[in-house]
Amino acid sequence: MSATTVTAAPPRRLLTEERVATGLVGLLCLLLLLAIALPLWALLSKSFLDDQGRFVGLANYARYFATPVLVQSLLNSLFVATLATTIVIPLAFLYAYALTRSRMPAKGLFYALALLPIFAPSLLPALSLVYIFGNQGFLKDLLFGASIYGPIGIVMAQVFYCLPHATMILVAALGLADGRLYEAAKSLGTTRWRMFRTVTLPGAQYGLVSAAVVVFTLVITDFGIAKVIGGQFNVLATDAYKQVVGQQNFAMGAVVGMVLLVPAVLAFFVDRLLRRRQVALLSARAVPYAPQPERRRDLLLLGYCILVGGLVAAVLGVAVWASFIRYWPYNLSFTLANYAFAEFDPDGWQPYLNSLWVAGLTAAIGTPLVFVGAYLLEKTRAVPLGRALAQLLAMLPMAVPGMVLGLGYVFFFNAPWNPLGILYGTVAILALNCLAHFYTVAHITAVTALKQIDGEFEAVSASLQVPFWVTLRRVTVPICLPAILDIAVYLFVNALTTVSAVIFLYGPGTKLASIAIVHMDEAGAIAAAAAMATCIVATAIGVKLLHLLLDAVLFGRAQRWRAR
Amino acid sequence: MTTAFRFEPPAGEMPAAAGRTAAPAFLRVRSLTRRFGSFTALDRIDLEVARGEFVCFLGPSGCGKTTLLRTIAGLDRQDEGSIEIGGRDVSTAPPADRDFGIVFQSYALFPNLTVTDNVGYGLVNRRMPRAAIAARVAELLRLVGLPDQGRKFPVQLSGGQQQRVALARALATSPGLLLLDEPLSALDARVRLHLREEIRALQRRLGVTTIMVTHDQEEALAMADRIVVMNHGVIEQIGTPEEIYRRPASAFVADFVGTMTFFEATAAGPGQVRVGTRGLRVDAGATGFPADGTPLRLGLRPEEVRIRGVTTGDDNAFEALVEDLEFLGPFCRARLSARDAPGFELLADFSANLMRDLDIACGAVLRIALPPGSLRVFPRRDDRGGNGAPA
Amino acid sequence: MRRWLLAAGAALALAFGSGTADAQTRTRVTIYTALENEQLAPFKQAIEAAVPGVEVVWVRDSTGVITARILAERENPRADMIMGLAASSLLLFEGMNLLEPYTPAGAEALKPAFRDTTPPVTWTGMDAFLGVICYNTVEGRRANTTAPTSWRDLTRPEFRGRLVMPHPASSGTGYLMVAMWLQMMGEEQGWRFMDALHENMAVYTHSGSAPCVQAARGERVAGISLDMRGARERTQGAPIEVIIPAEGTGWDMEAVSIVRGTRNLDAARRIADWAATRGANELYSRFYAVVAFPGVTNTPPNYPANAEERMFRNDFTWMAQNRERILAEWSRRYESKAAPRN
Repeated sequence: MSATTVTAAPPRRLLTEERVATGLVGLLCLLLLLAIALPLWALLSKSFLDDQGRFVGLANYARYFATPVLVQSLLNSLFVATLATTIVIPLAFLYAYALTRSRMPAKGLFYALALLPIFAPSLLPALSLVYIFGNQGFLKDLLFGASIYGPIGIVMAQVFYCLPHATMILVAALGLADGRLYEAAKSLGTTRWRMFRTVTLPGAQYGLVSAAVVVFTLVITDFGIAKVIGGQFNVLATDAYKQVVGQQNFAMGAVVGMVLLVPAVLAFFVDRLLRRRQVALLSARAVPYAPQPERRRDLLLLGYCILVGGLVAAVLGVAVWASFIRYWPYNLSFTLANYAFAEFDPDGWQPYLNSLWVAGLTAAIGTPLVFVGAYLLEKTRAVPLGRALAQLLAMLPMAVPGMVLGLGYVFFFNAPWNPLGILYGTVAILALNCLAHFYTVAHITAVTALKQIDGEFEAVSASLQVPFWVTLRRVTVPICLPAILDIAVYLFVNALTTVSAVIFLYGPGTKLASIAIVHMDEAGAIAAAAAMATCIVATAIGVKLLHLLLDAVLFGRAQRWRAR
Repeated sequence: MTTAFRFEPPAGEMPAAAGRTAAPAFLRVRSLTRRFGSFTALDRIDLEVARGEFVCFLGPSGCGKTTLLRTIAGLDRQDEGSIEIGGRDVSTAPPADRDFGIVFQSYALFPNLTVTDNVGYGLVNRRMPRAAIAARVAELLRLVGLPDQGRKFPVQLSGGQQQRVALARALATSPGLLLLDEPLSALDARVRLHLREEIRALQRRLGVTTIMVTHDQEEALAMADRIVVMNHGVIEQIGTPEEIYRRPASAFVADFVGTMTFFEATAAGPGQVRVGTRGLRVDAGATGFPADGTPLRLGLRPEEVRIRGVTTGDDNAFEALVEDLEFLGPFCRARLSARDAPGFELLADFSANLMRDLDIACGAVLRIALPPGSLRVFPRRDDRGGNGAPA
Repeated sequence: MRRWLLAAGAALALAFGSGTADAQTRTRVTIYTALENEQLAPFKQAIEAAVPGVEVVWVRDSTGVITARILAERENPRADMIMGLAASSLLLFEGMNLLEPYTPAGAEALKPAFRDTTPPVTWTGMDAFLGVICYNTVEGRRANTTAPTSWRDLTRPEFRGRLVMPHPASSGTGYLMVAMWLQMMGEEQGWRFMDALHENMAVYTHSGSAPCVQAARGERVAGISLDMRGARERTQGAPIEVIIPAEGTGWDMEAVSIVRGTRNLDAARRIADWAATRGANELYSRFYAVVAFPGVTNTPPNYPANAEERMFRNDFTWMAQNRERILAEWSRRYESKAAPRN
């Protein structure tokens, strides 16, 4: 065709693309089945068996609902979840409103403040509240004699813990406002309150419901807070723990797990339904709303944000501060003694190192796995049935509370017949469990990133006889690097802070920092627990800062092809 | 395809007759069928493309043209039928074994690679010496007119330049078949015009067998050696641009390619049809004319309406009133109505010269003739094709 | 991507490798224990020094949890040994044939009360622990009350919501207290006493040492807790008194056993031998006032002087046999009232 002719023949491939893709999809399905589906199945089936492994139908459930203690926990869980949700949502809404609809200064700072709790295990706010409102708390009198140990403490800690999740959703919802509607309303002389009711609220209603659903689920499924500050107030998650760890009553633990699954699954489907509708609501021609400066409103909202953001920082700060106190409340001198963990826990600093190890492993294995998995589902055409199955399994963990997944792991991996039982109690199973627990969000992140890149890259590569894995490496991964980093940091931080799933799974020598917090708190060493929580928070925030730095480099000069 | 009266050509014969070319076929598609659920995207497609030919798949969106292209490429798998490329049956081969280059509407350039790396993408994988790759890439960039842009990233190029890079990349491995999937649709009108000439010239020069999918009939007419007009998953007609334009095989083709005025008509003896109360003469053609009373659809391109030197004795001559004029630059499109037959309306194109010479304006009465050889006769079917007379 | 897979594989290998690297050189003996956290490191050190070629891996939790865990794992035991677990639990296991009979060399030198006298010999005593009241004097003054001198004092209304004790299902201390009251007062009176006590109880903690820590920090006025924890908190400067009521207090013995079916029987036997030595008992006595070896005493500072004389005469067999029944009754009475208390 021209001066230089291409004579080199395409290299002979033993591994054809289709075979590789099929194999990888098969592997992914197998892994997801092992990590997600089978443990859940084990939990489900366990709830129908008695201690001797005989099928007893719904007998365990009947026993559950005939036991007043357990039913009371269910009601308690619903109660605190409802209360926490009704408090968090207005709080977060106003906060998000201030961040999106005002011209107050330092929005970035305040947004970051509201997100802080994400980097802490849920145990931390509970520990802080003990110092603030406990029987020796410095603001104890504010409770007018009521006890922090119980629903009050649980709800307060949950508000702190859930605030970032609600704020993120509501900031996104309010940020999508269509400026044209406000212009229209203004030109019609609408009062501000009416505008809020007729334009702002309806525009954010799906965000509000979605946030409420997320918060409700978080509260119902959280274990750490109720464990530390629940006192005699039992909730579902602590019941599951007591049944399984305290009394080794696995059948009843399985039933509690199944009960725990119900609200979470319901919430999941409500949320999905709403999300689908919200997409239809958004018009492509919307003009972003740009708030006008307005001194009084901006000042008021700024004051509000200082208050709420300040409180969040204060709750976090109290735990950090308490970790350096020698003997609360009788000796307030500074000490590092609480960080000498060997004094409080047989494993000393080992749990912290284990946590780093598990979080690192989760991120190191999870990130490529999630991304390649999403790539296979999104960009290849091999085994449609297998891909559909993997897709379903990838979305499943979203609806499964950590506690439930953890129980499933106990039943599945600890079963005498299971050769994978050798994994029980190892770092590997902890990392696998964390990965499974947080798979969905990571998967969605990867899929979203992949959907944004040209769908024809694979076709072009095929036409150029370049196998898809080369294109994945040379093109797809570099383009998606920011999303890949997001996934890695997300997995790392969550594996570091989670407690609910792993509490059932650690073994000799593999106790995690978050579990050490639970144990130290159980033994009354609350200052050491706060110290360990401080280590986790510091690490998580450090990793996030590193991430921001890397991101800045990625989008900076190093990759000028990312021009807007 | 020279006969306008063969409404329903015997199955397989029409496409085959047109699809067969003198040169040995490079691409041979047989009875290709693709279904998506209950929807049939491709319905027993037969097609042959000769080596070095430039073929356009033309049709409205959803007609199956892109599916056909993707199936040929192996990016989509047919349910039935076979595909041969260069004498090799590739019906079940993966795309990588089909020896084609492809260019997409979206360019699909790798944004993180330089122009040079994009063009050399397929070469690197072949373990060619680095110097040979560099030489080949430089040559290709020269070929598409971007000799100095090798170190830029795609975002730094205009749309037209990006598409040239995509073209160079597709040609880099010297594929036997070049597939272009709406390559010009994303470009500005001027760039599009320019690039289509370049692509055509390049294709002629390299002699690479090329298939281009487009929904733009003008593009197809200007570029293709042959056009494959598709609708509802079947091929309506295959032919040279001129054949397609002058002798559309169906009302659909006639309406889709160019503009045509349609009349509801009935057969009234050999070479005679009736439109409302008016009788018109048409070419009887070689094969039998439909029986009297057969419902027909009559089509006439606006530029075929005769106006100069029309006398009363001419075939199909009558007086028409200029109802409306639409200014289209070099020419005007007039809506005419027959004075003696209310409701008989048609479109006619008049060049600017003619307008001036004959002093044509709204309300003017003209004597026009509809040449029998220009009147196309189609069967009347309501489920397909043009939607009847304008107005 | 292949590179990723390799990296992932290497990481996995490391993950496993870190756990098994030492295994080839030393025998890993997994010991389930309810010993206090701070005891584990010195015990491990001492065992590994005394029994060469052994690596101790602790699995530590509260008495109730460890007990439940061993019961749950009875089909598929994961522990090689049990150490520092309440004798009442070990008796339960013995009844279920979960323990390997073994008499450690030199066990005959131990105090008779610390020896398993009925064959098969499955456990050997180490030390005894008592339930005590940790009373915070500062908070007591603030609450306008005085130190309790009898168990019944704890039911006084000033203590309402200001007491804490371990949960008997999870904590060995918790169970021995409940069992002691029932034995001391008789079942009917015992339950009635606990009904009244429950009115004052702010919380039942998971572990046996937490109540004393909470009292020491002033979070509660008084906590029913493990004796040694009380002495320790006091020594650290907490304003507490460690009180043993006049009627006497419950106690349990901690003992060592080998789990039936262990794959490290030899190493486990050698560890059990060590556990009965004078040296080992000297180590115990660093943490416990009462140990199995005669003549070894080391009363820690702030430990109640009258402890040994106030140890209630305990029937371990009764404790073991009635454990399930008592816990069920306890749960029925006090866990269904899940409402928070101040």
